[in-house]
Amino acid sequence: MANTLSYPLPRGASIRRFLRGASFKALAPWGVPVLLILVWQLLVQFGWISTRVLPSPLSVVQAGIELAKSGELFHHVKVSAWRAIAGFAIGGSIGFILGLLNGTFSLSERLLDTSVQMLRNIPHLAMIPLVILWFGIGEEAKIFLVSVGVLFPIYINTFHGIRTVDPGLLEMGKVYGLKPHELFGQIVLPSALPSILVGVRYALGIMWLTLIVAETIANDAGIGYMAMNAREFLQTDVVVFSILLYALLGKLADSIARWLEAKLLQWHPSYQEG
Amino acid sequence: MLRIEQVGKQFQNGFIALEEINLEVAQGEIVSLVGTSGCGKSTLLRIIAGLSLASVGAVYVDDELVTQPHSNVDLIFQEPRLMPWLTVRENVQFGLANVSPLEKNRRTQFILERVGLAQFAEALPRQLSGGMAQRVAIARALVTQPSILLLDEPFSALDAFIRMKLQDHLLDIWADDRPTLLLVTHDIEEALVLSDRVIVLRGTPGRIYQEFAIDLPRPRKRTDAHFQQWKERILNSLDLSLEQRLAVEA
Repeated sequence: MANTLSYPLPRGASIRRFLRGASFKALAPWGVPVLLILVWQLLVQFGWISTRVLPSPLSVVQAGIELAKSGELFHHVKVSAWRAIAGFAIGGSIGFILGLLNGTFSLSERLLDTSVQMLRNIPHLAMIPLVILWFGIGEEAKIFLVSVGVLFPIYINTFHGIRTVDPGLLEMGKVYGLKPHELFGQIVLPSALPSILVGVRYALGIMWLTLIVAETIANDAGIGYMAMNAREFLQTDVVVFSILLYALLGKLADSIARWLEAKLLQWHPSYQEG
Repeated sequence: MLRIEQVGKQFQNGFIALEEINLEVAQGEIVSLVGTSGCGKSTLLRIIAGLSLASVGAVYVDDELVTQPHSNVDLIFQEPRLMPWLTVRENVQFGLANVSPLEKNRRTQFILERVGLAQFAEALPRQLSGGMAQRVAIARALVTQPSILLLDEPFSALDAFIRMKLQDHLLDIWADDRPTLLLVTHDIEEALVLSDRVIVLRGTPGRIYQEFAIDLPRPRKRTDAHFQQWKERILNSLDLSLEQRLAVEA
C-alpha cells in the first residue's frame, strides 16, 4: 500500500527538463543569431531597409557562393590566413620568450621590462604610417603589425604565469633534487600554462583585429582587399560577406583556443569539462 | 641517523630564530618538536631538510653534512603540495628517480594500496578530499624509502577525526620500513600519540628547553589516564600564559 504513494510532478517540470536537455543546450546559443537573421531578411524583403544600405542575408549568401565558385574566396582567405598565422607565430614567439626570460631572471626583467611596457602602451595601429614608410604596402607590413599586436598579450600573460607559480610546489621540486631545467619543465611551465593560454586567446582576437585594419589600407589580396574592392563597385553584399567571414574566422580561432584549454587544462579546477 | 650540532639561524633582516640546537635522533626513532608559534621549530626542520642553511653549526644525515636536500630525506608539509596536473600515481612517482620502470610501478602500487588509494591512482588532485590528498603526500614521501622523514605540522589543516585517523595510519605504515620520523607540531596529543621522545622548544630565539622520553606503551590510547598526565606535563613545560594555553588546547 506504500507503493500507491507517489509525488505529484511539480508544475512546469517538463519545460524545466527540456531546458536542461542536451539538444537544447547545443542549440540555444544559435537561437538569437537565427532570429536576428530572420528579422533582417524580412526587413529587407518588405523594403524597410534599402539593399544599398544592407543587402538581404540571402543575397549575401549568394555573393559568398559566387566568390567560392570563382575561386576568388579561397585565394583571399588563404592570403589572409597566412598573414595571420605568420604574424602570430613571430609575435607570439617573441612575446613568449621575453615573458619566459623576464619571468625567470630578475636581471633580464630589470633590463627589459620597462622598455616592453613603454612599447606596449603605444597603440600598434598608430604605427601604420611608419610601417608603410618602412615596409611599403607589401606582406611585411601586415605581418609586422600582427606580430606587434599579439606580442604583448602573450608577453604579459606568460610573465604573470611564471611569476605566480606556487612557491610550495617549487620547494617540493627542490626537495626531490630537481635541476633548474627540470624545475622549469616539470613545475614552472605547467603552472604557467593556464595564464599563457589566456594570453593566446586574447592575442588571437587582436590578431584578427589588426589584420582587418591592415588589409584595408592598401592591398592586392586578402579578405580586407576583397571588402575594399567591393566597396568601390558598390557590392554591399560582398562587403557584408567579408565582415561575416572575419566573424567566422575569429570564432574558429577562439574555438581552437578553447579546445586547447580543454585538452591541456583538464587538471585545472576552473576548466572542468561538462 | 640524524645529528644536529650547535645549530643557530639568523635571518637576513637580523632576526635570530634559533640558537644552540643540539640533537641526535637514532635510526627508526620518532621524535616530536613542540613549541608555540615563532619558536623556530619549522625553521629547524627546513635546515635539516637542506632547504635553508644554518648560520652556525652543522646538520649531518647518515654522517654526511647537509648543504642541500638529501636524497635519503623526505618531507611532508602542512599542505599536500601535489602537482595539480599530475594524476595520483604520477604524483607518487614524482620523486622516484633512478629506479627501473618495473620497480617504480611495483613500489607505487604497493604504497597506494598501503594508503588505501589504489582505486584513485588515475584521479587528479582536484578530485580528492583534504585527507586523501594528504595520504597521497604521505605515499609520495614513503615511496622513496627515505631513512629520515620530516613532517611539518602534517595534519594540522585537517579536521580532528581525520587527523586522529591519519596519525594511526602513519604509525601503521611507518612500521613497514621504520624510517626515522621527525615531526614539528603544536598539537601535544599528536606528539604523544606518535613519539618516542618529545622535545620542547621555547623562547625567541628558540632553544631546546626540555626533553621527554615517552614511556607509554603502544598502541597509545588518547583517553588513557597516563596519556592525560603526560599531556599535562608537557603543557606545563611549555609554560603558556592562559590565552596561549587555550589556543594550544583548542
